[in-house]
Order: sequence, then structure tokens, then C-alpha cells
Amino acid sequence: MKIPRFSRKTLCVPYAVFLLFFVIIPMLIILFYAFTDKEMHPSFSNFIRFFSDPTKLSTIVYSLVIALITTVACLVIAYPVAYILARSTLKKKFVILMLFVLPMWINFVLRVNAIRELFNLLTSLNGMEWLAGANYFKTVFGMVYDFLPFMILPLYTTMLKIDNSLYEASADLGGNAFTTFTRITVPLSMPGIMSGVTMVFLPSMTNYVVSDMLGNAKVTIIGKFIYEYFGTDWHMGSMVALVLLIVVFVSTWLSGGFKSEENVRGTNL
Amino acid sequence: MAEHIIELQDVTKYYDDNLVIDHVSFYVNKGEFITFLGPSGCGKTTTLRMIAGFDLPTSGKILLNGQDISLLPPNKRPVNTVFQRYALFPHLNVFENIAFGLKCKKVVNTYQNESGESYTRTEKLTKQQIREKVEKALTLVDLEGFEKRSISTLSGGQQQRVAIARAIVNEPEILLLDEPLGALDLKMRKEMQIELKEMHRRLGITFIYVTHDQEEALTMSDTIVVMADGVVQQIGTPLGIYNEPANTFVADFIGESNILNGTVVGDKKVKFCGKTFDCLDEFELNEPVDVVVRPEDIRMCRPEDGILVGEVISVVFKGIHYEITARVGKYELVINSTESRTVGETIGMNVAPDGIHLMKPKYTTNVYDGVITKHNTVEFADGEFECDVTQLYPGSHIDEEEYLVKADGEKIDLTDVEVKVEVGLHDITISDDAEAGGTTGRIISIIYKGDHYRLIVRTEESEEDFVFATEDLWNENDLVSVIIPKDKIKLTLKHTEEKR
Repeated sequence: MKIPRFSRKTLCVPYAVFLLFFVIIPMLIILFYAFTDKEMHPSFSNFIRFFSDPTKLSTIVYSLVIALITTVACLVIAYPVAYILARSTLKKKFVILMLFVLPMWINFVLRVNAIRELFNLLTSLNGMEWLAGANYFKTVFGMVYDFLPFMILPLYTTMLKIDNSLYEASADLGGNAFTTFTRITVPLSMPGIMSGVTMVFLPSMTNYVVSDMLGNAKVTIIGKFIYEYFGTDWHMGSMVALVLLIVVFVSTWLSGGFKSEENVRGTNL
Repeated sequence: MAEHIIELQDVTKYYDDNLVIDHVSFYVNKGEFITFLGPSGCGKTTTLRMIAGFDLPTSGKILLNGQDISLLPPNKRPVNTVFQRYALFPHLNVFENIAFGLKCKKVVNTYQNESGESYTRTEKLTKQQIREKVEKALTLVDLEGFEKRSISTLSGGQQQRVAIARAIVNEPEILLLDEPLGALDLKMRKEMQIELKEMHRRLGITFIYVTHDQEEALTMSDTIVVMADGVVQQIGTPLGIYNEPANTFVADFIGESNILNGTVVGDKKVKFCGKTFDCLDEFELNEPVDVVVRPEDIRMCRPEDGILVGEVISVVFKGIHYEITARVGKYELVINSTESRTVGETIGMNVAPDGIHLMKPKYTTNVYDGVITKHNTVEFADGEFECDVTQLYPGSHIDEEEYLVKADGEKIDLTDVEVKVEVGLHDITISDDAEAGGTTGRIISIIYKGDHYRLIVRTEESEEDFVFATEDLWNENDLVSVIIPKDKIKLTLKHTEEKR
């Protein structure tokens, strides 16, 4: 019996087909829709409409600001956690890490719902009525809660790899705790910071489930926008999607995410 | 008297419950090249880390120029370290690595104001000053022009030099080196040894060096501190330690030795390998001693001229000399000589009096604290051994209920009685079978004694040692069980028990 043998080329075919049908062709369709009008004639009208409409532009800015605040909040909370866990000599430290990461494994919608119920409960308390209108606060809170594990994990794995002797070397050379932190810990954990930021920033711009459920539908982020347009006007929706793509591309490029260095995107938990 | 730059006073260090440094005291003279030498786990690195400030002593004091620095953090000590695997900062280039310490540094500058009064100001070094110092340090380690190179593009030897430059650029009073040459290949290591020695001469500061390589220690040091088991075994010059080892551990660890059991048979006369030799050390008559003879101190001659006569059983060429093993009766002796012999040849051997070193044996018997159990066995060193409890009371016997009946007929329950347990050096055997003996332990030391090996087995829980002789070769760190025949366990009642 002849054993069928596959060359590398033949083994690549399924992936090429996948990329063609699920990445390249859809992208072309979006491009096509973005630059045509309702009669399918080539047109820049969507482009002009988008950039001349202040509400659309402000949505983009709002999305960016919310994502930025979420990312910074996640970083500020996650950094000390990751640092303490990575440097502790506790034998069972992975248990603590698990507790931080555990919510990730519970259904996302369920978690957001739980936060909403919690806020409703708090709002009913005396002196907490202001919460009812604090839609942006609640949205950011929900996002931070949801995306925190995605910040902790890459930070933790990067910091785990920093050799303890580097901290000792810094102290040995006269560096105090502050110098050691700013000149050794932060630069060496930069890959972790970068991948954490990417993993939190992008979803928090587009994940409108949180903003819908916690923001009383008063907070519109760019993801929601795209979703709504695809109900009525595919051409405009495609244009917004294209703009988001460019924003993402530029921000990734600015943060150096395209460098093929040892960017820690996952974890070996 | 030379100035003591560092002095350890009765320093003890525990990691969790493990004793790693056991009441160590010594001092380091200003400007000397001192080496801590010992096998891994002997506490040499811990001692260095305590001087650097990375570890704090559990008890005892560390003095620097007479000041107590035991609890001072590392960044406050005028000491810099060259780390074992260099610990260079991977995100900084060569210049930035070396400048790291200088940028942290503050100096007191004196100025004069317009009215001529002088005042001082604590300032950081200027960029210009830093650049000059870094360049000077790079020149010292032969790495001129490497400023902009990234650490990952450097070879092991170059990284080593950067690590040294990074430490000495701060002009420390003491430079600590933690096995700095361990990662280099042999040739590179030899070159660096000479360079380090030369650097020490030029800088004039104190070097404290840690290594497990005895040859490195002998080559480089002014003073060697030999450590084992967290205890200082001997402190001395390389020559002194080599020629007059304080005990068999040092003799075995530094250089090669023939270590034999001997007996003092007269004034400056010692008997070993069945023959009597003249020696220089004085011991009491009939005292058992350890005899250490260096392989190069055995002179080969014609069979009829030698005190010892033996047969050559192996000849190994070692580059400069031959290593010849000869069998004399049941003993095997190692001889280093520039002359070769053929295997099977009969040779005579002589040893000059100054080539024979006698030392008091560290171990003459094994002593433990034990407790008698319900079943008239004795518990000690994490194990339970069968023994003869009737020896505690002369004329006694054990009745059928397992009570001890004294000669006068009195019945005694010995349960939980504390006893001193003594076992001779020749009464212990070991086995691979963990169930075969009364307790188990790991072999921590093997010393060849001409016709037998002296082993030390240490139990894992209470770290009791069993010292004994065996003719079989075992491997260090093997887990073995300890077998002691019932009649070889000597019991005596503890003093407090006798009063009862």
C-alpha cells in the first residue's frame, strides 16, 4: 500500500484557503463597501460624511479616551500585583495568581451582568445615587474588571524572567529601591507592559457589551457604532471599520508591537 | 599588624531551618587577595553575600574598618561584586552598564563663594566625569571602543570584563568576585586568572574571591580560607595550606594526597603501610593518626633501596608528570614523577621526613544521643536499631515480657530512657536496599585511605553523620541504608538517668 506523502506546500493549502476566504476577501469587501455609494458606484461620500460629522469623530475620541483610561487603570492595578507575585518566594503563589485570573474563565456576559446588578444595588443605597448617572465611570469600571487578567498575565510572565541577580547588581552598584525600579524593573518588564497594553487597549475600544450594559446605552463606543451601521448602512459601517483598523494599526505601530522581539503575548501558566 | 578591612565575628546564618554558616570568625587584611575555597554548599558564597549585603547574618557581626555593617543594605556598602553569571543589564549597552554605579553616586564638592568662604554641595557626577571614568575602566579591562556595543553581542570573556569594569569603576574598597571564571573555557580562565592578579596589584584594593577550584585558589591568592559544611577548616597562605593541611579534608581537597591510617611508634616515628618512617610531627606514643603524603613526595628508587616495595599497576601521562599507582601489600599509593615506569614493574619507594604530615584523626568513633524504645531497640539518627540493652546493667537479662531484669532481680522498664550510643568506625556497613538497615542517609564524603575508603553518611532529617571505613567504592550523594550489627552498638546510660 502506498502511504500518501504530503509536501510542505500541500500542507499549506488549507491555511492559504482560510486566509483567502476569511481575511483577504472580507477585507476587500469592506474596502469595496467603504468606497461605494448605495448604487454601488465608486464614491468618497462615506469618507467625507464621516469626517465632516462631529458626532462620529467625537465617538472615536470617546472610544480612545475610554480605552486609554481603562488601559492605564489596568496597568496601575496589575503592575504591583505582578511584581509582588513574581518576586515572592511563596511556594503557592500560583494559587493567588489563579484567583486573579479565574474570572476570565467565567462567561463574560454573566460577569458584566453581575457588575450591573452590583451597581444597581449600590445605587439604591443612601448617598450613592450619583452612580445612576455615572455611565462613563461604570463603563470603565466594568472594562477594568474584565480586562485586568489580560494585563496581569503578560506582566507576571515577563517579570518572572528577570533574574534576581540583576536586582542585586543594581543594589550592589549603589542603586536604591527607586533607582532599581525605574532603571531595571520597568525597562526589563517593557515587553510585558506592551503586550498587556495591546491586549487591553484594543478590546476596550470595540467591546460594546460592557458599555451597553453598564453605561445605560448612553455610552457609545466605536464598536457599537459599527454594529448599528451594519443594520442600516453597510457602506458607512465599512468606512467606520476601516477607520478603526487604521487607528489600531497606527497605535500598534507606535507602541512598537511590530518589532519581532520577544513580545510575551501569552502565558505558560 | 596589617589593618583588618573586614572582620567576621561569630557569624551564623540559617536559611529557613538549614544551618549554612556555623559560627564563623575570621578577618581580611586590607589590600590582600583572599579566596574562599570549598566544595559546593560549603557556605563560601553565602559568606560573600553577607559581606556584600544580599544576605544578613542570623547572628554575629560583620565589621568593615571596625564599623558594624551587618545590617547595612548593599547600596550603602563601599563594596562591589562581580557576579557568577555577570548579571549585566541586558537592556543597557556596555557604556550604560559601567556607568550605572557612577550615575547613582553622589560626591561632596567644595566651592568658594565671592567672599571667599568655602561651602560644600552634594552633587552627582557630571557627564564628562562619568565618561572619563568609564573610558578608564574599559582601558583597564582591554575593551576600548566597546562603549556602544549591546551586551548580547559580547562573548563570555568580554561580558566577564564588562562585569569587572562595572564593579571597579566605582572604586570600591573591596571587590567581591563570586566564581567569576566559572563560565569560561580553560584557556580563557587561565588568562583571566593572570589578568585579575595583575589588576589586583595595580588597583591595590582588597579582592575577596570565591571558587571551588583549588588550583585557581592556589594560583591567585595571598590567603586562602578553606571552608566545608559552613565551617572554616583552615586559613593560610597557599603554600602553608598545601604543605601543612590542617586535617584530612583540606589535604584531600587541596591537591592530591595519599591519606593513610598510621600509628605513632616512637619519638618522631610513625608506622604506616606496615613500615616505620621518620617524620617531623610529634604525637603521643601509640596514638592513631591520619598520615598525609603528597604524590610528589614519594620518591621512586630501586626495589632494594626502598622502605616500601610495590608493584606498578597503572601509569597515566599527565603532561608534565606521570601519575603512577603502585600496590604495596594491600595499600595503593599514588606517585607523581617526571620519570615513567612500566606496569608490572617492581619499584622501591621512600618518603622524606618533611613529606610526611601527621594529623589527629577527626573521627575516632561515632557518638549519638539515643532513646530506648518499648521493644528494647534504640532510636537515634532518624532510625531504630536492634541492640543489646542488657549491657546497660551488668549481669542483667531480659525476661519473656521484655522487661529488663537486673542482676539483683529488679525489673526495669527501659522505655524512653536516654542513652549515649557509640559505634566504632569499622562496625558500620551500608546497603543500596533502603529497608536493610536501621536508617538511611546520603553519602556526603569519600576519602581514599590507601587500602580502604572513609565514608561519611549523613541522615536527611536530623543530619547525624555516620563515619566508617569500607573497602567498597560508593558514589557521593548515593542514598544508602546504614546497617549496624546488634552487638556493635555500645550503649551507656546518660548521667541524668543514672541518678534516677
